[in-house]
Amino acid sequence: MLYPDQLKYSKSHEWVSLDGNTAKIGISDFAQHSLGDIVFIQLPEIGASVKAGDSVCEIESVKAASSIYTPVSGKITAVNDALNTTPELINQKPYDAFIFIVEMSDPSETGGLLDSKKYAELCEKESGSH
Amino acid sequence: MSIKNTPIYDSHLRAGARMTDFAGWNLPIQYTGIIDEALHCRKSISLFDTCHMGQFTFKGDIANCGIENAFCFPISDIKIGRCRYGFILNGIGGIIDDLIVYRIAADELMIVVNAVTTENDFETITQDIGDGAEFENISSITAKIDVQGPLSRNLMAERFGDEIRSIPYFGFIKKNILGKDAIISRTGYTGELGYEIYIDAYAAAELWDSLCEDERVKPAGLGARDILRLEMGYCLYGSDIDDMTTPIEADLGVFVVTDKEYRGIRGILQQKEQGVPRIRAGFITHSRRSPRHGYKIFHDDVMSGEITSGTFSPTLDSGIGMGYIDTGLAKPGTKVVLTDGRVSIDAEIAEFPLYKNGTARNK
Repeated sequence: MLYPDQLKYSKSHEWVSLDGNTAKIGISDFAQHSLGDIVFIQLPEIGASVKAGDSVCEIESVKAASSIYTPVSGKITAVNDALNTTPELINQKPYDAFIFIVEMSDPSETGGLLDSKKYAELCEKESGSH
Repeated sequence: MSIKNTPIYDSHLRAGARMTDFAGWNLPIQYTGIIDEALHCRKSISLFDTCHMGQFTFKGDIANCGIENAFCFPISDIKIGRCRYGFILNGIGGIIDDLIVYRIAADELMIVVNAVTTENDFETITQDIGDGAEFENISSITAKIDVQGPLSRNLMAERFGDEIRSIPYFGFIKKNILGKDAIISRTGYTGELGYEIYIDAYAAAELWDSLCEDERVKPAGLGARDILRLEMGYCLYGSDIDDMTTPIEADLGVFVVTDKEYRGIRGILQQKEQGVPRIRAGFITHSRRSPRHGYKIFHDDVMSGEITSGTFSPTLDSGIGMGYIDTGLAKPGTKVVLTDGRVSIDAEIAEFPLYKNGTARNK
């Protein structure tokens, strides 16, 4: 399982790539592995205002349907359209296949995100409890 | 209850399987990926560990000892070397289990049942059997491996001889495999040409590993098995049928007779005469969204039923499912909405099998 050091992670298994006030968001290797084959994603709407912790889109694997949460507040400025036709990119390259980009309204929220080491520990614990 | 491992457990771990608890058994949910494994079975050969399932043997006077009373289909007239699918019912016609009865000899049967229901089935059938017959639960010493897929006949004939080629659908042969008595039947749960092998539990891992060596063969987990059976419209006991559901409601009346005595027949006769308010139907979403167990079925904004199984079908590239709907609406093409209150999916009723090109009955 890969957890790149340059990314931040949420407890609900999204990764966040920060660049100034912009946060690029996807789901972690752990998350895609737990979901299994991903067959559908309903992308969020560009322009939507979101609050940290909001469910912003739906993802379906063969096994189950789940929500994806935004770890930061702000406005959604872009989505990864390629996922409409090839949602399996998330399985193949979870850290290249971003899902949406948020222009953050409160960048201090990122202080609550986990670094790769802490996130790896969380995943370790969760997979142990299964 | 502690979770049990099948005799093939170590092979699954070596193959990198992800394991899950199914009916109290540690079984592989997937090896490489559920979709890959389902598609592989539709074009080549897949192996399934089904050692969790139960087997009973019976020896005695089949027609007269009372065992007929346990089944809602005739067993005395099953020919030697053939097997038959059907149900044991409770007093009101609810399904205690779906199972297959094998006619081993004039006075011998093997009965193959679901894992969770094994103990209860054994007790239920025992009650019907009079003195002088032997009835034994051999589940713990019997392994079962399913070899399924359009190329399986070639593989099985290469390994076990050309007589494999002449086994008809729902027929079987006895065979010595790895020094053990085994049964190979032309049955399965995938809709593809395929075989189920019953063998001594001690020989199971060796047989599994040797079949896996063939390059046409890939192991497949419960995830793929669930897709394959749903594409065919086969029921999963506990999800799609249970002791509160009758074979008539499940639209499986073809496996039920009314010209013999058995437990539950009054309920069956009444439903056959008066009809049923709800009936099992298939659904297709024509999108990549899939209904799941428990989704409600709405027709013209009126709640009209409930989904009992759903998944994504890779061969149809669409969400599929089955469930129970008001009988009047159960026509192919009826438009419905499937929802859990959060997600709403457009779907229409479709005829079983949802996947039409299965090779199970190929000559």
